[in-house]
Parts: sequence; C-alpha cells; structure tokens
Amino acid sequence: MVAKPIFRACGVTGLKIHDEAEKLIKINAVTAIVVLAVGGLFGLLVALTRWPTVHLLPADMFYLALTAHGIDILIVWCIFFEVALMYFASAILLGSRIAAPKMGWVAYALMVLGAAITNWKVLEGNSSVMMTSYVPMQADPLFYVGLILFAVGALIACFIFLGTLVVAKAEKTYEGSIPLVTFGALVACIIAVYTIASGAIILIPTFLWSVGLISHIDPLMYKVVWWGMGHSSQQINVAAHIAVWYAIAAILFGAKPLSEKVSRCAYLTYIFFLQIASAHHLLVEPGLSSAYKIFNTSYGMYLAVLGSMIHGLTVPGCIEAAQRKKGFNKGLFEWLRKAPWGNPVFSGMFLSLIMFGFLGGISGVTMGVEQINIMIHNTIYVPGHFHGTVAVGTTLAFMALTFFLVPVLWGRELILPGLAKSSLGHGLLGCSSRLQLSPGRLSDDGHRGCVGVRGRGRWRAVRPDHRGFGAVR
Amino acid sequence: MSIFPPEQKVWFNEPVEKAEVIWVCIALVWALIMFAMMPLWHLKGTQNMSNEAYRIQPDAYQAKVDAFVEKYKVGEEGQAKTPVVHPPAGADVYLQARLWEWYPVLELEQGKAYRLHLSSLDWQHGFSLQPANINLQVHPGIDEVVTITPTTSGDFGIICNEYCGIGHHTMLGKIRVVSGK
Repeated sequence: MVAKPIFRACGVTGLKIHDEAEKLIKINAVTAIVVLAVGGLFGLLVALTRWPTVHLLPADMFYLALTAHGIDILIVWCIFFEVALMYFASAILLGSRIAAPKMGWVAYALMVLGAAITNWKVLEGNSSVMMTSYVPMQADPLFYVGLILFAVGALIACFIFLGTLVVAKAEKTYEGSIPLVTFGALVACIIAVYTIASGAIILIPTFLWSVGLISHIDPLMYKVVWWGMGHSSQQINVAAHIAVWYAIAAILFGAKPLSEKVSRCAYLTYIFFLQIASAHHLLVEPGLSSAYKIFNTSYGMYLAVLGSMIHGLTVPGCIEAAQRKKGFNKGLFEWLRKAPWGNPVFSGMFLSLIMFGFLGGISGVTMGVEQINIMIHNTIYVPGHFHGTVAVGTTLAFMALTFFLVPVLWGRELILPGLAKSSLGHGLLGCSSRLQLSPGRLSDDGHRGCVGVRGRGRWRAVRPDHRGFGAVR
Repeated sequence: MSIFPPEQKVWFNEPVEKAEVIWVCIALVWALIMFAMMPLWHLKGTQNMSNEAYRIQPDAYQAKVDAFVEKYKVGEEGQAKTPVVHPPAGADVYLQARLWEWYPVLELEQGKAYRLHLSSLDWQHGFSLQPANINLQVHPGIDEVVTITPTTSGDFGIICNEYCGIGHHTMLGKIRVVSGK
C-alpha cells in the first residue's frame, strides 16, 4: 500500500519536498485563500451596511452576512491555512515524508464539507446566530453538524502533523531538536487540539439540544466552555503567525533566533497560560465570582502576554542581528531602513508584527482589565481589537508567507507583484481598527431614537478618517 | 536559522543575549505590576461587576417584575405605552429583557442607591447604558443584582448590545434620573 515517497529539491530554497505533502499544502492553502475572499466579501457587505450613508443591507441580511463573515474568517480561513502551515513546518522543513497522506485528504474533505454545510445553513437565513451562537438562541441542527465535521477534519490534520514529527524522528531526516518554526507549529497544534476538544464538549450537546434530545443547555456554562474554543482558536493563530514571522525572518535574512531557549520558552507560556485567559470574555457575566475572573485574567493573561512581549523583541531582534552581520551597522535603524521593504513577503511580515503588537496586543491587554471591560464589552472596540489581531496580525502574516510560497510550490512568479505590495496597504486600510465605544453587532445605528449618545469620540484612537463606519454623531 | 534544527544539539545551555535578559526582566516586572493591580483596582475602584446573582425561572422573574410595576407605576410612555415606574430610594428595582424590549421605563432619583435586578425571559441580551457606557450581560434564568447610584440627572438610553435576533437593533429602553428633592 505504501508507495515509495517521491521527493524533489526546491529550486529556490534547496528544501526537500515530498510530493504528497506538497499537494496537501497547496490544496489547503488555496482553499484557505478562497475562503478568505468569500469571508472578506461578507465583511465588505457588513462594513457597507454599518456605513450610515450607504446602509446597504436590511437587518436580516446584515445579521446573515455578519454570521458568515465571522465563521468564514475567524474559523475556516485561519484553520485551513494553519493546516497547510503545519504540513509545511513538519514535512517540508524536516525534509520528511508526510504521515498518512490519504488521511490528509480525508481531513481536507471533512473540513470542506463541514464549512460548506455551515455556510449553506447560514446563507439559507435560518442560522443567523453569529459566530458565537450563544444559546438559547438556536440555529439549524446542520449548522452545528457542519462545525463539528470541520473540527473533526482539523483534528485529523493535527494528528497527521504530530505523526509526521514522529516519522521524521524515526527516519532520522534531521538531527537534534526540531527547528523553532516547527516548534511554533507544534505549539499551535497543541492549542488546536485543546480548542477542538472544548468545541466538541459544547457543540455536540448543543447539536443534540437543537434536535430535541437534550432539553436545556445552561447559557452561562455554554459561554464558559464555548470561549475555551472561541478564544483558543485565536491563540492557534497567534502561535502560527509568530512561527510565520520567524520563518520569513529566516528565509529572507538567514536569521537565526537570538537564543533558542528564550524564544521556545516564550512559546511555552502560550500553552500554559493562554487558555485560562479566555475568561476575559466573561468579565461582565453574572454568576461568576470576581476571584475567578481576576485570577484567570491577571495571572493567566499577563504571563501569556509576557510570551508575546518576548517574541516582540526576539523576532525583529533576530532580523537586526542578521542584518548587522551583513554590515548594516550605521545608527540604530539602518538594519531596518535597508530591509527589503519592496518585497511584500517582508513588508507584510513586518507590518503584521508591528500592527499586531501595537493595535491588537495593546487593545487586547487593555480590555482584559475588569473595570475597563465593563465600559467596552460588546462595543465596536471589540471588533476593533480582533481586527487588529486577526486581520492585520494573522491575515497579513499568512498572506506574506503566501507571496513566498507561490513561487516555491508552484514554481511561478506572482502576477502583478505591484498589486501584491499595494494589497498589503489596502489590507491595512480596510482592517485598521476602529476602537470606538459604540455598541457592536447592530445592523443599524438603532440608538438614534434613544437619548443623545455622546462622548464616544474620545476613544477613537485610530484612523479618525474612518468615522463613517463607527456611528459617531 | 529558525527553519533548520538548532546548530548546537544542546541549545538549552547556550548563553542568552544581554538585550534579551533585560527585556524579559522589564516585561516580567510589568506583568507582575499588572498582576498586582488587578485585585487592587477591584478593591479600590468603584465600578466593579457585582457578584450577586440568583437562579430564577423566567416566569417567576416576570411575576416579580409585574408586581413591581403595579406597585410603583406613575405613568406610561411611547407608542407601546411602556409603564414608567418610580420606586422609592433604596428599593429593589426590576428590569426585564425580552425580544425586543426593555421593560419598564425606570425613574430613579439622583444620588440615591438602588438594587437593580436584571434578567431575561428568553435569549441572552446585553444591558448597555448610554451614554455612560456600562455594559452587562443579561441571561435567562439568572437574576443579577447590581447596586447603582445615578450621579447625574437626565434621560439615559438602554441599548441591547448582545445580538438577539432580527429585532436586536430596535431593542431600546430608558432610565430617567430626576434630581432629588
């Protein structure tokens, strides 16, 4: 049954590429980008509706589009790309064959099928429950089935990644420890397994409830467990896109980590602390004690943030070290000035690094504080924050890597490279966070009828020229 | 290089760059300060989440709201003739969330403390007091009690900020704060 694996040497990097792995990486990455385009289109519809002068969609279509946008971007796009990334970080970087490629196709089929079913139900109009799908609001049973199938596929992909690590070790395709980038992918994989387990614990009973086999799901319990998935799924993104930063630094500059120990320990803090920090989504829930909230969002969160602070130094740090070795030593910043800014692989990666830290990171840590959370909970500040993390952080990093992978895997030049460069700028423009305190998840600035909603402008920290989106009157 | 295995097989004993050590220390000290501040803010601050909450069946809560409205009703407001309720200072005040209304309109006195009860009869809702921007989740089956003291008079809007279906954006309510005598 097992055919002899076929390898080729990459013309650009010299990496040994297993053809089955390559096919799986290609299909998962291409599917991811297609989903990004579809989800991005829904995002555009959402934005054009929130923009008062356009106000494109009626309420029902708006909520439909917002649900589809959330699921397609926050879950489907990121995870498809991360599967491709896991296969790349294991099979390609370790020069190994991929474990169980046939199961890779099964995983892929399940993920496509699951995503398609969920999207179909959302587009049908009877499952506009938002990505969070808080009970007792109920979606079509198949909405949950789609998510569960997608998760099963993703879980299989995680085990193929872990299996490939075992195969590479057993067949001695590398010596010593796995590379830092693979280590980062491993961290992402471990968090993904935890994420999928949390999702299964809550979505399977919710599905049974939707078909009438379970009479009641406690709304508070749903939220506690759901955020074990909802927040952790974004931690997969963080671990993965930091691995992408290290990968691009290595590919473009030959950068090696300042110290393997520090970078890897920073990754470990994610595994140990990030998951319990998901309690910051519950800071204004009734029925949970302040002790629980404070412990999980201070102890847990700050140690995980420490990990991000360290990566925030070590990623640009390893680029600086590599550049200085090449002689860019003039002043403090010659290494950065002389970096290949015209190359979208670099500019995308570096902008992702800066913006993720300063927009996503700072806005996130700020709203993890109990008293501030009471002011910003469920306001437009929240989408402002997670567009700072997922859009400019994760998506920009993944797109930067894509601009590198296309020539490597397909052996082609990018068409319209100028557009690739400017697309990063557009991405930034479009995604720039709007950290305002107007109520979120509204199809309309429906509070026109109520008393003067004033004084929200003071939090408008970013891009005041986008005021049209945020209902500031 | 980060995409290849570490050059040293035993990389754990490699010396760490000085810049890294300094940075890790700064970040750790900052994390510890924030860690200490979280409980401190809670103890020193005046705007915290309440820890008082009770399990209650939606119909039992509705009965309490109805009794409350009947007892203290002073008028009606709007097309829906939503009752306006003026409870005495210090009283237990009930606000009910359902698809898609906040019920009733509350009339409170400036500078007086009230025990505000929040619960939903159906789905989850979000209590968002505007323009003060106080945001609390409202669950069905949980009676959440928050002690509030209005500090300024005037009309305050309540917006639902947890998505609750097609009429979500029309779910508006009102708290009127009148100056004390």
